[in-house]
Amino acid sequence: MVLATALIRVRSVPSLLRMLLLALGGALAAGCATIPPDAGRNPADPWERYNRHMSEFNDRVDRAVLKPVAQVYSDYLPTPVRDCVGNVFSNFGDVPTALNNLLQAKPADAVSDICRVVINSTVGLLGCFDVASKMGLPRNDEDFGQTLGWWGSGPGPFFVWPFLGPSTVRDSVGRIVGFYTDPVDYLEPTRLRNSAIGLRLVDTRASLFPAERLLERAALDRYQFVRDAYLQRRNNQVYDGNPPRPKLDDWDDEPPPAAPPATGLPGADQPTVPVPR
Amino acid sequence: MKTLQRAVISAMLVAAAGSSVAPVLAQQSTAANAPLAQRAPDVLVRDLSNEVLETIRKDKSLQGGDPAKLNQLVDQKVLPYVDFEKMTRLAVGRGWRQATAEQRQALTREFRQLLVRTYSGAVSQVSDHKVQLRPMRMAATDTDVVVRTNAVPSSGEPIQLDYRLEKTDAGWKIYDVNVLGVWLVENYRSSFSSEINQGGVDGLIKSLIERNKSLDGKKA
Repeated sequence: MVLATALIRVRSVPSLLRMLLLALGGALAAGCATIPPDAGRNPADPWERYNRHMSEFNDRVDRAVLKPVAQVYSDYLPTPVRDCVGNVFSNFGDVPTALNNLLQAKPADAVSDICRVVINSTVGLLGCFDVASKMGLPRNDEDFGQTLGWWGSGPGPFFVWPFLGPSTVRDSVGRIVGFYTDPVDYLEPTRLRNSAIGLRLVDTRASLFPAERLLERAALDRYQFVRDAYLQRRNNQVYDGNPPRPKLDDWDDEPPPAAPPATGLPGADQPTVPVPR
Repeated sequence: MKTLQRAVISAMLVAAAGSSVAPVLAQQSTAANAPLAQRAPDVLVRDLSNEVLETIRKDKSLQGGDPAKLNQLVDQKVLPYVDFEKMTRLAVGRGWRQATAEQRQALTREFRQLLVRTYSGAVSQVSDHKVQLRPMRMAATDTDVVVRTNAVPSSGEPIQLDYRLEKTDAGWKIYDVNVLGVWLVENYRSSFSSEINQGGVDGLIKSLIERNKSLDGKKA
């Protein structure tokens, strides 16, 4: 699942697929994920069975291929070098961000993003140093999926891409459009472009190690945790940090029953026979 | 997403080295000598963070990630300002109504343990963070607010951290935490309701106990 999260940022499908398929090996022989009996009931995730299987597949590919490479990258490259790599790719990413800010009718942010690219590419040595942030131009984070959300599109069903990871129907459209606005995809020659994409992938994956450790501890069910976190985060991004606040029901008003309810009580919360997991 | 783990710890134990943004509104005492619980919610969040950071900085073993000491730090400094029962109640959702008093206690206890065990393991990574309050509007009569902050690491992007606080008789208490746009309670809600659908409230309690046992076995 962390492969999935890492790959959210990867945009070019064809070169990436080629790379990963070459190294795939035994991951394809993986077994299937355990599907809980209530899968598919969540209205945000009607395709849960498929999604769980695909997530399991992505996890195996990650463990077999990407994670070991990222581990070596993380262990042997000093932090300032990795920061530089991350910043260079973020600098590239500011170009589609500026474009999407324009599409969302946020001209001030778009201008700020363009200034960031100019400053960081020159003074910041092609983006290695994020000088613009220190000068008061914070990094924005926009993509075409968010633009579609801004224009009013709901997210649509949750959908896990092979290799590329979690998405929604709306964000998938956004991702495809994003392939065409990603500057890295226009690098020549092809070998440089593929290397850049590969490096970005590894760098992103390495930066997710702390999050992965946390995820392993925090989640009762990894798939669910990542799915819900992804959906919440996307909603937050679409609304730029101020999503509408649903009020969670508070069940405080009822005192506890005197004894455990008798079996045979109708209701989804207390099945009469516990279902084996 | 570079420092998600740091960010989550920041949420629980966030600390500032001289954060300079003043609270927008403080209808209660903000004097340095007022007890923490009586301060306005944004001041509470900022000052609690200061205290915790101070403690981490002074103690080498905390910075190194000693799990026993970290748990102790969290228990003593942070948990008095967190309403765990409300957090658990909201996360469990409908199943709470059918739970007996003992089950409710067990749920609260195990969920609290899960959160403390999970997130205090990364506390040593946040000592270089500064906390800035983001603008907040609050009426004097509000009893339920959202405090917005940014945790700014020395290198990297600021991390959005929000807290939901409720005013209780004992002062303001945190009952939900948001890191990078993800509210904790909402995120646990589906896991919990799925567990309850499969095994009832007892099934959920059992899963939490098992998870806590396995976390205790792991190095923090």
